[in-house]
Amino acid sequence: MIHEFLFSFVTFLFIYFLVAVSLNLTIGFTGLVNLGHMVFFGVGAYTSAILTINGVPWYFAIIVAGVVASILGAIIASITVRLKGDYFAMVTLGLVFIAIAVSRNWISLTRGALGLPGIPDIFRNNFYYTLFTIGVVTIAIIIIYFLTNSETGKIFQAIRDDETATAILGKNTYFYKILSVAISTFFAGIAGSLFAHHLNFIDPTLFDLELFVFILAILISGGLASIKGTIVAGFILSVLITLLRFVVVTPELIGPMRNMLFLVILILILIYRPRGIFGRVDV
Amino acid sequence: MLSLKNVSKSFGGVKAVNGCTFEVEENTITSLIGPNGAGKTTAFNIISGLTKIDKGTIRLIRKNITNLPAYKIAQSGISRTFQLTKVFKNMSIKDNLLIAKKTDEEEMKQVLDSVYLEKPLDTIASELSYGQQRLLELARALLMPHSLLMLDEPTAGVNPKIRQEFKSILKKLKKQGKTVLLIEHDMEFVMDISDFVIVMDEGKVLRVGKPKAIVKDKKVLEAYLGK
Repeated sequence: MIHEFLFSFVTFLFIYFLVAVSLNLTIGFTGLVNLGHMVFFGVGAYTSAILTINGVPWYFAIIVAGVVASILGAIIASITVRLKGDYFAMVTLGLVFIAIAVSRNWISLTRGALGLPGIPDIFRNNFYYTLFTIGVVTIAIIIIYFLTNSETGKIFQAIRDDETATAILGKNTYFYKILSVAISTFFAGIAGSLFAHHLNFIDPTLFDLELFVFILAILISGGLASIKGTIVAGFILSVLITLLRFVVVTPELIGPMRNMLFLVILILILIYRPRGIFGRVDV
Repeated sequence: MLSLKNVSKSFGGVKAVNGCTFEVEENTITSLIGPNGAGKTTAFNIISGLTKIDKGTIRLIRKNITNLPAYKIAQSGISRTFQLTKVFKNMSIKDNLLIAKKTDEEEMKQVLDSVYLEKPLDTIASELSYGQQRLLELARALLMPHSLLMLDEPTAGVNPKIRQEFKSILKKLKKQGKTVLLIEHDMEFVMDISDFVIVMDEGKVLRVGKPKAIVKDKKVLEAYLGK
């Protein structure tokens, strides 16, 4: 029993690592405050779930989940990245509500609020699935790490610091911003796929703003533009919310208590360490 | 090298640049001067593609660059600095330079030496003083492959030591035969270093000529001192 709990904890932990690190690519490294990141996580989850339920092999479904999320991300980015700062954030936030409405009302595809049950396991043994998730997420994070240290990654960071100066140095900032979102949403889609196959059931409520607040808390606590910070904060916050389950006696208090905990952590971080634990840029 | 023909740009009802026509010749230092609000920085932004024009034509070495995106104009050979520095503050000196040109540390050190910036390459730009950030921005502009260098008030807001360094750098650039378009308020320096001076006032080109002729021109004196 404890083993199963641990496997599940580690699996979720690594999925959250990937969601947060991929979000860090757009917010921390490129300076694009994408508040709609969970949409692409959800698109990945639904794509993978629908494909595997209909008999498509899981290894194909995971890749397609990433690609569909990435294409959608690139299309939305091509329309929205010309918006500056807060306007981009507001549009991407609006995207969350559109996506929730679509997933609730496109019944023939998503079964709406009833959700999609019976998403096939990739491995029958949860231990192997945990190892598989650790492997996929580790590879994905290594790729993102190398990307952020590459020439393309430096251009992302230059755009974050000063888009005009980047353009003046001959870089097509519009293209690079779309590229950043496309890569970020690809990995969000992969994370969504891993999430769906772990839970074996998904519905629209799993991808709303509550999970995003948790991911954002990881990002800000760990520090923008720091992969190490995201992982450390992801671990600390995941342990804290897991411990909360044992501390809070009434189950209905867990949700509100968790949100209050995030809020307190965020306030403390913003007051005492505005750049987060390992952050290199201001929030 | 660079030519503007009847270039106009309005912001609402304000004609920031109004039918501007001038040329910048190759291997010369040309200074763009004029009172505050004359349209000098707008002209710079127009040339470098940051501001789209309403009408007119801009050519760089016979290539029409009118209203091209800024990155394409930069790729065509225009490099510039800004009135308020635009270094990548969270990035190291090395990364700042790498965005301008993929090069080795030796060339980076050479260009930093040429602008008198003696700091380790891994220094984060935000740790530099304002004057040093201006030098880094200049180093970045020099490193980027270009045929025309545009400097917007390079000595503004810096201490006298760095101001002297900027003047020395510009004299070196003049000796090297670089083509430079410069906005500067230090008239003594402008007259000393420029091959040609373009005077702007209220969005229009008031006079174009050699420094000695410009300094005695009545219209220019009126624009600066009033009638």
